[in-house]
Amino acid sequence: MKIDWAALGSVFGVSLVVTVALVGLFTLGIVGLSKHEQARAAGGGTAAIPARLGAYACFALCAAAVAYGISLIVV
Amino acid sequence: MEHITLLLGIVIVTALVFDFTNGFHDTANAMATTISTGALKPKTAVAMSAVLNLVGAFLSVEVAKTISGGIINEDGLKTEVIFAALVGAILWNLLTWLLGLPSSSSHALFGGLIGAAVMSMGWSSVNGGTVVTKVLLPAVAAPLVAGIAATLATRLTYRISSRTDEKATSKGYRAGQIASAGLVSLAHGTNDAQKTMGIITLALITGGVLNPGANPPMWVIVSAGVAIALGTYLGGWRIIRTMGKGLTELAPPQGFAAQTSAATAILASSHIGFSLSTTQVCSGAVMGAGLGRKGGVVRWSTATRMFVAWGLTLPAAGLVGAGAELLTKQGTWGIATTAALLVGGSALIWSLSRRQPVDHTNVTADEIGTPGAGTAEPAGVVTTAIAAVTPPPAGPVTTGTGTSAVEGAAPAPSVADSARPATV
Repeated sequence: MKIDWAALGSVFGVSLVVTVALVGLFTLGIVGLSKHEQARAAGGGTAAIPARLGAYACFALCAAAVAYGISLIVV
Repeated sequence: MEHITLLLGIVIVTALVFDFTNGFHDTANAMATTISTGALKPKTAVAMSAVLNLVGAFLSVEVAKTISGGIINEDGLKTEVIFAALVGAILWNLLTWLLGLPSSSSHALFGGLIGAAVMSMGWSSVNGGTVVTKVLLPAVAAPLVAGIAATLATRLTYRISSRTDEKATSKGYRAGQIASAGLVSLAHGTNDAQKTMGIITLALITGGVLNPGANPPMWVIVSAGVAIALGTYLGGWRIIRTMGKGLTELAPPQGFAAQTSAATAILASSHIGFSLSTTQVCSGAVMGAGLGRKGGVVRWSTATRMFVAWGLTLPAAGLVGAGAELLTKQGTWGIATTAALLVGGSALIWSLSRRQPVDHTNVTADEIGTPGAGTAEPAGVVTTAIAAVTPPPAGPVTTGTGTSAVEGAAPAPSVADSARPATV
């Protein structure tokens, strides 16, 4: 009986890091968008743009992660 | 020759029935948190999961070459043994569904196989070390891996979004959760439908219909995909309820964190090669997300019942598998009796489940079983439907034919469907 501790360890590490990173990114995106809407509601036009761009960047990274996930399933 | 074809027919039907129970047992993994946080309506969620399971079945060409992944010695595995194993796995799946406990369908299949193989070929046919590395260790590791990731992710997301309006963010969380749930469904369809295809293909090879090493015929791929999708669409509402509401209460950020950690852990484990049970990963992620929120509570009594069910899965399915193999060894009448017992047992479990039905209308309700006009009426419809449906399978089954197994398996879904218009 040989237990593959290395594989178990990497599953653990990868799951932990990727989950926390993805959830963090996505939350930043959500927060960015809601900041954008708050700013727009308050009437400040210029402050809104960086928040919005940042949010889109976060979402794009998350979408890339999902695409990579699908490619893992297919291949 | 005649005998072999009949037995083969029974095994193929039973494998598809197992695939079906696998589908409705595991709907919860992808969709329980999505339903309980309100990201998707119950019917929409199961429909989406069913479609993705079907798509998943066609995505991968890597059909499982072994049923058990080395747990038992599959050389000279007889068709009856596969049948007996499937009986054990199906009955355990149905029983845990009745109790609303999420448990691993693959472990149930392993248990059934071990029991049937030991009864058929003795203890030497089981690879004890592989049982530890493929079943016991993952059962401990899966909830820890997904749970810890979900706990940390939940804490992080609450910290980052603490200054923002909850209403503004919950829509975003729900969208993210739907994406993660979709990934889990797709991965499930790929893995578990492949497993059934592997079983049928192996049975066809042992029965001499296919040449060794042949790829599964198209009808096998299609029927396995459709069976798992139908099962998923029917929805194991009892298990969805336990996972979505019973273990802990989830808010949208927690649901998102739980589902993302589950999707990541499943993909990481299948890619790196330390396979973890989808069910156990998802249950662990839900509990982890529950613990991650300040003041979040995990109902340990429910969790304990679930852990006990995980521990019992292998021996219980194994005992049933062994008993079934003891019967099928006796020859044709034994196989017929086993088929009859399988149909009878499934019918009994199903009729017991009607005493306190859980379906898409009350899956997220706080209390179940409160008498009301809404619940009383469909129950009446269902009882009459049972009365109309139950006798036929009981009669012809005793004569033991492949078709009777089909008839016996069919009533459950069709009755549930006929009851649906009344419930809505």
